[in-house]
Amino acid sequence: MNFLFTHPREVATLTAEHLWLVGVSMLLAIVIGVPLGILLTRRPRWKAFILGSTNVIQTIPSLALFGLLLPLPWLGARADRLAIVALALYALLPIVRNTYVGIAEISPPVREAAIAMGLTSGQLLTKVELPLALPVMLAGIRVAAVITIGVATIAAAIGAGGLGEFIFRGIAMVDNGVILAGAIPAALMALVADLLLSGVEKLLVRHRS
Amino acid sequence: MPGDSDIAIEFDGAGFRLPDGKTLLSDLNLAVQRGDTLMLVGRSGSGKTTSLKLINRLLAATSGQVRVDGKSVGEWDTIKLRRGIGYAIQDVGLFPHYTVFENVSLVPKLERWESRRIDARVEEVLALVGLPVAEFATRYPDELSGGQRQRVGLARALAADPPILLMDEPFGALDPITRADLRTEFQQLQRKLGKTVVFVTHDVGEALQLGSRIGLMEAGNLRGVYRPEEFLATTDASVKAYVDVFRAGQQMFRN
Repeated sequence: MNFLFTHPREVATLTAEHLWLVGVSMLLAIVIGVPLGILLTRRPRWKAFILGSTNVIQTIPSLALFGLLLPLPWLGARADRLAIVALALYALLPIVRNTYVGIAEISPPVREAAIAMGLTSGQLLTKVELPLALPVMLAGIRVAAVITIGVATIAAAIGAGGLGEFIFRGIAMVDNGVILAGAIPAALMALVADLLLSGVEKLLVRHRS
Repeated sequence: MPGDSDIAIEFDGAGFRLPDGKTLLSDLNLAVQRGDTLMLVGRSGSGKTTSLKLINRLLAATSGQVRVDGKSVGEWDTIKLRRGIGYAIQDVGLFPHYTVFENVSLVPKLERWESRRIDARVEEVLALVGLPVAEFATRYPDELSGGQRQRVGLARALAADPPILLMDEPFGALDPITRADLRTEFQQLQRKLGKTVVFVTHDVGEALQLGSRIGLMEAGNLRGVYRPEEFLATTDASVKAYVDVFRAGQQMFRN
């Protein structure tokens, strides 16, 4: 345990790196995943293909996914770039699926009333569908964030930095103290992210009958 | 010549067929006069709701035409058409994330009314349906009873003062007492407002009480259109079946 407290600056640096990897990849996953989920509600025929492929990505072991992306020209040039894309791919499934489910779950009379009142499809989306789907979407983002924080430790294997550095170094040195210096902050980060996002979710969940 | 004639809604050989070939409505010819309350009665699956949805284009006729104000609904800007038609349904479909005020004010807001005019209008329509604005404006739908929700739904349909009102069994899911109350209130409201109303119900008593005319539908066809007294006095066997059931119901209470 000592290492964690004797090297606070190194721990802080790697935690910051870790946060950056997770933050950027989550942002990317949300920016891609939410519109993709909305698209599925408009084109249900693509559901099997899109949910299927995001599902397949999740079944690839993370270390293998990092390795598979390595030879790609632009991606392989920088380790953090590659790690971010791989992490975003992992985060995609819960975000796309929950966006789709959240909107598809809205009760048919509510949607019918909105359409009959003369809402345009954009107004239907922003005034009715997204607000009502938000708690379910947030639950998906929460799951994605926790997964991403965990998987991001593997990114150190391709030199992308983050708290995984300590874990791999500790394994090489057969030093539990060093492993824990990576594992404990990562676990705490996952817990805090989970609590924060579930708090936001609870705030929003009140008026959904 | 939109607006010229006294006919608000006109079905001209209108039909609707599902993609799988099943016909829900065939060759409907019917005109609804301005200010009329047309009640569509018939069994489930007789095409009442389908006919209603052809008017505000929730469904598009697969044959024939439906005209609103003399113009085919296909030629209308769909959004504009719908904003001029109030719509109230059995499940109400209030927006659960909006307060009563936000639900009722939505269409006026989309139509960019001034906020003072919106406030006044919300208060006015809520009063029309018997809900004091001070008590109800900030409530959410899950804090209302079934009858109150239906009243808010009606207020929402009336908010932008549309000339046409479509109602699909709006009182169908309510308990009998609330139902009778709302029915009577709607009758008084309609006398005051003089909207053109198309009202779907399977309750003959409701049709007789509220309708200026009653259209009887059977298996996707319109059997006929009657004034309430014609409906009661008819000798037509299929109309008589409905009247007999209605009379039998009334008879039971007399003993």
